[in-house]
Amino acid sequence: MFSYTMRRVGLLIPVLLGMTFIVFMMIRAIPGNPAQLILGQQASKDAIETLTKQLGLDQPWYTQFVHYLGGLFQGDLGMSLKTRSPISDEIWPYLAATIELSLVAILIAVIVGVNAGIISAWFQNSWFDYAVMLIALIGVSMPIFWLGLMEQYFVSIKWDLLPTTGRDNIRMPVEAITHLYLIDTLMEGRFDQFIEVVKHLILPGIALGTIPMAIIARMTRSSMLEVMRSDYIRTARAKGLKMFWVVYKHSLKNAMIPVVTVIGLQTGLLLGGAILTETIFGWPGIGTYIYDAIQSRDYPVIQSGILVVATLFVLINLFVDILYAAIDPRIKY
Amino acid sequence: MKKSSLTVLVLLLVLSLGLAGCKSNSEGASGDKDKGGGVMIYGRGGDAVGLDPAHETDGESFIVTEQVFETLTGYKKENTDVIPELAKSWKIADDGKKYTFTLEKGIKFQDGTDFNADAVVKNFERWMNGDAAKFPYYASMFGGYKNDPGHVIKEVKALDETTVEFTLKRPQAPFLKNLAMSPFAISSPAAIDKYGDKYGEHPVGTGPFKFKEWKRGDTVSVVKNDKYWKKGLPKLDGVTFKVIKDNSARLNALTKGEVDLIDGVNPSDIDKIKSDKNLQIFERPSMNVAYFGFNTEKAPFNKKEVRQAISHLVNKDDLIKNFYNGTAEPAATPLPSSIAGQNKDVKDYAYDEAKAKELLKKAGYPNGFKMDLWAMPVSRPYMPNGQKIAEAIQANLEKVGIKANIVTFEWGTYLEKLRKGESPAFLIGWTGDNGDADNFLYTLLDKETIDSNNYSRYKSEPVHKLLIEAQSTADEAKREELYKKAQEIIHEDAPWVPLVHAKPQLAGVNTIKGFYPHPKGSQSFVDVSMSK
Repeated sequence: MFSYTMRRVGLLIPVLLGMTFIVFMMIRAIPGNPAQLILGQQASKDAIETLTKQLGLDQPWYTQFVHYLGGLFQGDLGMSLKTRSPISDEIWPYLAATIELSLVAILIAVIVGVNAGIISAWFQNSWFDYAVMLIALIGVSMPIFWLGLMEQYFVSIKWDLLPTTGRDNIRMPVEAITHLYLIDTLMEGRFDQFIEVVKHLILPGIALGTIPMAIIARMTRSSMLEVMRSDYIRTARAKGLKMFWVVYKHSLKNAMIPVVTVIGLQTGLLLGGAILTETIFGWPGIGTYIYDAIQSRDYPVIQSGILVVATLFVLINLFVDILYAAIDPRIKY
Repeated sequence: MKKSSLTVLVLLLVLSLGLAGCKSNSEGASGDKDKGGGVMIYGRGGDAVGLDPAHETDGESFIVTEQVFETLTGYKKENTDVIPELAKSWKIADDGKKYTFTLEKGIKFQDGTDFNADAVVKNFERWMNGDAAKFPYYASMFGGYKNDPGHVIKEVKALDETTVEFTLKRPQAPFLKNLAMSPFAISSPAAIDKYGDKYGEHPVGTGPFKFKEWKRGDTVSVVKNDKYWKKGLPKLDGVTFKVIKDNSARLNALTKGEVDLIDGVNPSDIDKIKSDKNLQIFERPSMNVAYFGFNTEKAPFNKKEVRQAISHLVNKDDLIKNFYNGTAEPAATPLPSSIAGQNKDVKDYAYDEAKAKELLKKAGYPNGFKMDLWAMPVSRPYMPNGQKIAEAIQANLEKVGIKANIVTFEWGTYLEKLRKGESPAFLIGWTGDNGDADNFLYTLLDKETIDSNNYSRYKSEPVHKLLIEAQSTADEAKREELYKKAQEIIHEDAPWVPLVHAKPQLAGVNTIKGFYPHPKGSQSFVDVSMSK
């Protein structure tokens, strides 16, 4: 187990290096000069040339790449071209906002998705099964921005249940410590603010969680159906065990392996793919950070932002692989 | 293991019930929150880049720095006429090369240090010793940095505690207006020394609000400066700027009462806002122009008749109705009405296909021609949708046999290619910097600005003479006359079809009083109040 983990961690390095290189080349292939975009329409030619030089963008790409890589090995993520601040200072609040939102989204997706999948499989071909599969199909194909705006319109404005945007009540802002507001508010003992933060998480959480929820539901259903046809399930039922225990105890465990894989992949995707939800819900997350950087060709932010997200993605998948062994003792590394 | 997995499942179920519980608890609670003692929440589409005004070029930064900082001269509320601010009066020498400012006495920066003549000198020296990467706007408005030949300012001297003298190398008519621009706000020299590179995150000025906190990508908050030098102001306890990128979501937040004022209202949402009795609309007077430019060096647009013919083929009223939802006025000349010197007597080219055909015949293109029409890839206040406007123009050109092929590029590349004169005909626009006619006519249409912002590469000796004379004339009335004449020639030569002057829309709760959006795009909230 330990040697397996170490081997996997070792493999991360070439994967991330390769990815850094690909991203580096790709963003330089898109047209657009960061200096022009930073200085805007009023900028003179001289100003653009001066800034290009100062930012080191007049150097050949390999010099820039080696320079960037050199910084990375010293733990330096580089400087933002636009704000001229170190990225390592800037990135954590954005990342924290995204992690908090993604965890809530995946939590909602897992609770609803797994249960819906199980019950669909249990009562296969019933009205419930059809309804779940239909909703799952709609869920997968629904445009997130539309869902988000509808949530705001009905839940927030019409029914006045939840706030429309942001991470906290702007009139009663949270003092950031870790930037994970659920934790910060509890550390400060502000339970009223904690409730506010939870309320702010629900709508974007649902918007972001809908697609993974649908995918998880479908995966759970098909995986459960397969397991429930196996001999040991028939044995369990034959010995007179209640159906509930057969399903939730005996079947689920074996059916979980592919589901856990999907959950891991989806969690990783959420980290980088929350841009639409973030835009609609005024959520200052990492997707917005990278998207803005792409707009202004802020190369170091794009590179380091993607690197951080990719690292998290790979780590989550490693964690999932290790989890297999915990779920199914027959799997040994 | 068996037991624990079930426990996890039950726990999850309990948690989900808990979440649902929170949902029902929140009923009513989030509806009417106390307004927090007069802190106004301003919803906008993007975050500030930095808070050292001299460093920045973007409007989202200036909206914040306007609250924290003040400039030597200021603008009137509704237009760009110059009024005193930190300087209470000034004298201009007869040759237009010496400006002597008398400063307000007893003002302190928010860090407690004194605002005086020395502070002004230090600010100007900091900028003129900088470069394009540090203080980009300085060179655009004052012709360069310390040792550049084009640099207008020869010397800035403190004569005594409250008197500053500027000596110029040559007269610069818009000088007072330049000083009023957001980037040339006066910073506390002590704070600049203290924070160094991090000054952009700790701005200190003399303004009505003090900087409090910046959560990047989310909110910037400023709070009342209790020691503000103007008695009884500001009225608000603070302002918080909140980023909500999507226009519809921002309006949702306003409707819900989570924010008090928003910019970037979709023209199509205006009717909805007007019908809501809790909301009001604010219209920003236009200080911009959207235009359809021709490259006057490229055939067939090197012929005046062709340019005039096309001028007769653009239906501005239709464009305004369809793409601006009525929130713009048709442009007959490059200058919007908020800027002194606009020639109201210029009669616009009326929509007239027969006339256009006749002109084309005269130019030797009786059956029209094929052309490329460049459309902007990004949305700007003056042009919300370049692609759609290009299509509308394309349809009208088709009627006289001109086949326009719509072309577009990435924004940075687009600007670069326009500057190099690679485009034959293009959609673009301009937002004024200092509110002076010079900043439109000279910047966009003088022969000296070819390869810079004169994308039409329009070369007219008579216009050049008028513009240069206006630059060195101090008498405002006389300058206006010169600009009016220049506009007549430009109208006749038609290097562009000026399309519209757009009026950006803001919306707020109806308790907001005393708010006048300024044409330049940002303004201080010093005398805005919110009654309960």
